[in-house]
Amino acid sequence: MENWSLFSLCVLLGLTSRWAVSFHSYSGAGKPPMFGDYEAQRHWQEVTYNLPVHEWYFNTTNNDLNYWGLDYPPLTAYHSLVCAYVAKLLNPEWVELHASRGYESHSHKLFMRATVLFTDILIYIPAVLLYCFYFCDGSSKQKVATALCILLYPGLILIDYGHFQYNSVSLGLALWGILGLGLGWDLFGSLAFTLALNYKQMELYHSLPFFCYLLGKCIKQGLIGRGFFQLAKISLTVLVTFALCWMPFLSDPKQPLQVLHRLFPFGRGLFEDKVANTWCSLNVLIKIKTLLSRETQLFLSFALTLLFILPSSLKLLSKPNLWQFKLALVNSSLAFFLFSFQVHEKSILLAALPVCLVINEIPLIAIWFLLTSTFSMLPLLVKDGLLLPYVVTSLAFLFLSLYLLSALERSTEEELRLGLYRKLTRHWLPKLNLSRIIKWKFWFSLVAMAALSFTSVWLEPPAKFPDLFPVLVSILSFLHFLGFIIYFNLVQLMEPQRKKSQKKTN
Amino acid sequence: TVMAAPMTNDQSWFYALALGVSFLKCLLINAYHSTDFEVHRNWLALTHSLPVSQWYYEATSEWTLDYPPLFAWFEYGLSHIACFFDKEMLVVPNLNYASPATVLFQRLSVIVADVVFFYAVKECCKCLREDKGKDLLGKPSFILTVLLLWNFGLLIVDRILGDLAINKHFEGAFLFSVLLNLKHIYLYIAPAYGIYLLRCFCFTQSNADGSLQWRSFSVVRLVILGTIVLSTFAVSFGPFIALGQLPQVLSRLFPFKRGLCHAYWAPNIWALYNIADKAFSILGVKFRLLDINKLPKASMTGGLVQEFQHSVLPSVSPLATLVCTLLSILPALFKIWHRPNGARGFLRCLVICALGSFMFGWHVHEKAIMMAILPLSLLAVDSRKDAGIFLMLSVTSHYSLFPLLFTTQELPIKIFLMLLFTIFSLASLKTLFRKGGALLNPLEVTYLLGLIPLELICEFVYPLTVWQKTFPFLPLMLTSVYCALGVTYAFIRLYISLLTCSDTTKKTKMQ
Repeated sequence: MENWSLFSLCVLLGLTSRWAVSFHSYSGAGKPPMFGDYEAQRHWQEVTYNLPVHEWYFNTTNNDLNYWGLDYPPLTAYHSLVCAYVAKLLNPEWVELHASRGYESHSHKLFMRATVLFTDILIYIPAVLLYCFYFCDGSSKQKVATALCILLYPGLILIDYGHFQYNSVSLGLALWGILGLGLGWDLFGSLAFTLALNYKQMELYHSLPFFCYLLGKCIKQGLIGRGFFQLAKISLTVLVTFALCWMPFLSDPKQPLQVLHRLFPFGRGLFEDKVANTWCSLNVLIKIKTLLSRETQLFLSFALTLLFILPSSLKLLSKPNLWQFKLALVNSSLAFFLFSFQVHEKSILLAALPVCLVINEIPLIAIWFLLTSTFSMLPLLVKDGLLLPYVVTSLAFLFLSLYLLSALERSTEEELRLGLYRKLTRHWLPKLNLSRIIKWKFWFSLVAMAALSFTSVWLEPPAKFPDLFPVLVSILSFLHFLGFIIYFNLVQLMEPQRKKSQKKTN
Repeated sequence: TVMAAPMTNDQSWFYALALGVSFLKCLLINAYHSTDFEVHRNWLALTHSLPVSQWYYEATSEWTLDYPPLFAWFEYGLSHIACFFDKEMLVVPNLNYASPATVLFQRLSVIVADVVFFYAVKECCKCLREDKGKDLLGKPSFILTVLLLWNFGLLIVDRILGDLAINKHFEGAFLFSVLLNLKHIYLYIAPAYGIYLLRCFCFTQSNADGSLQWRSFSVVRLVILGTIVLSTFAVSFGPFIALGQLPQVLSRLFPFKRGLCHAYWAPNIWALYNIADKAFSILGVKFRLLDINKLPKASMTGGLVQEFQHSVLPSVSPLATLVCTLLSILPALFKIWHRPNGARGFLRCLVICALGSFMFGWHVHEKAIMMAILPLSLLAVDSRKDAGIFLMLSVTSHYSLFPLLFTTQELPIKIFLMLLFTIFSLASLKTLFRKGGALLNPLEVTYLLGLIPLELICEFVYPLTVWQKTFPFLPLMLTSVYCALGVTYAFIRLYISLLTCSDTTKKTKMQ
């Protein structure tokens, strides 16, 4: 079959599954007084439409910051403004100041879902297609298979089209950034990534690899000559983009400070709710949240994050190519997720995106990670009433990606990129069959996740530990993520050379 | 193209596709119309709680039993399983009862039916697939069309076709009688099957050139066939004949009171007839040939389904439609009597019978066109001309189903699925018949492309205009007339290809 038909079929399948998930419930549906993220997005449309710019981030009589105050950078606000204009055209009641709080109706839900679909089609999906087209090895069927697997990643679909968020915008822009850098268009890539950063501040998780990659490239081009000019151009692009995005807020020095205060609420504490990261899991054994002072917590988190990011970033600095870049993105975002301050469970999507990009090179581990990341959000999804889509999309993703990418066949030690590791351990454990061990671990972990999903839905937790199941889910996911960060660090740091010549050729 | 990751054989492709479709159905299960479930629940309730003599008289719910008795017995059996889920759903006055257990039961039965259906499709394709190198086409079209219909009767059609391929005629006859007693819509294709059985089975030998050898008539076989068919009918209808309820049952099965067309006209000849009638009446009034007061009130474009008269052209009675249908399928039946062409000839005749009944039938539902498309999809993978006709017919008929899903929420789904199906069949058939030019001629391509502006107008532009309030059914009318043109064209082309096809099956195969 021709390329265009394969790609369009792939896109149509992705779109159909997205819209099918959107039929289901959203966060905070029918739960006054606070509702959920869906109401937050609607409220931001109301605020940005009705209030002047200088009031958006401030606590005024018209803008109660305790009721879903804006806590994303300006680009999100502008996006909400545009959506609000459309909403006003369709039904002014949706964005009526104060009166529209908690507004819920079938047509409004359709409108909101349509806005997500629209931005998805505009930003995320073309980026995925272009990525697979340009940077995927293999025949066109292989490329389409990869694109389909990436598009069917359950986590993003469930959060964007179920829970309700606009992650596809920030992740899509970041992907455009990666595309730009991969194609050698550094300025375009930096522009796209800066826009992503200005859409959601969590993109900072990705910023260090971007910085190291560009710096490394410039250094390679010679820090005195071309490299310096390149660096200057990139910095200028970044600064100008920032200035343009923050322009309405630059008139008064109080404005940017307040915005930053909203974006980085250090007052909030080490973690909230149940997240699959170190602090939350440690808290089960030692109550670090109460034991240590705020400063110690901050310091500890900073130190550990740095510890895990530094090796990967330095390696990237020394060898700035696309493969290292992708792995560094994975390592950096995972490190931030595991050790940083105020992490939400949805932030795992930031690590999931770069893992999607390596799904073609290390299919088994990537699929394993992606499934775990979806599983780690299970408590959130169950709370939103998204159990059925969760089960269906995860199973569909599991079977289709294992089948399309032949993940189980492509899991020799060489292909798992653990050749060097194997050579080192050959002394102590000569009979170790890494490939078989990893496959067994994969199946075992799937069974554990399925069992825990099942029990957390069907069984009642004991009265003494009402939070038992979410805690178990986060601890299990945490252990997985710890294993993954070690694995990906190993793969990145032990990479002797990009073995392009030894890639499978058929 | 060679792939880095080897996709092994037919089998794994099939499972991947089947799984994918099932998952999609699971996601969409919330969107399934509650009326289908309510119909099912009502029939479970009345077969379970009422005595047999009341089944075809019961009318508490608007969804009265209008399928043949064997289906009613099947529902009766199912209701005993439903007992374990929720007894309350089996109480007849509990209209629109939808407890979680009820919903679970309904969904499970859908899934089980699907599993059985997929198994049947697999078996069918195993017998009919001679060449492993071919791309899998028939199956996706089966599966994708069934997405909207869950018509498990089709599984029996597949089994019959499978039986034909292995010459198990008795089984086939039995299965068909069962099928007929489950859903009387298969009456459409009964003539084809009947004639074929008579011709190929009761006459044990043909002459060298394929023509009839009267001497080889086997009375034994005819008697056995007759016994099988009659006994199936007896088991199904027996109790009702004994109770003297046959007229009531028949009136429920064939509700002739319902009017020539649905509220939404099925895209058949009568849609064109209706529009011609409307046009003549409007022109007649304009040119003062007719008195506007003498014309019956326009009720065809109204929403209610009722008996109505045509204003200018003669009104159509149920008998007239029956005669037209028989006339339309007679040449095909003669052809198959004269020179049967094995399985392919039978399939072709089947398609024509189904299409003919669709074209000229009384109160036809748009879904009925699927009965013609499925056998046609089997033919399409073998012959170039059939592939072209299949594309025309399938795209047109899928589009004609759009008005069935009218909510805004379903709009993206139906567009995506339609595009998915169209692109898939177009691309794969093109790859299959790579050599020898285009599958569709320019006129056909223009017609199919014309569906896009039609959709835009009907779905997006028209609701925003003034006419939406005064003529709310105009988009539906436009859709059915436009599709009727396509369906008629496909019908004519199919007939021409049947009447001119050569006698040997070898010549119809692709080089």
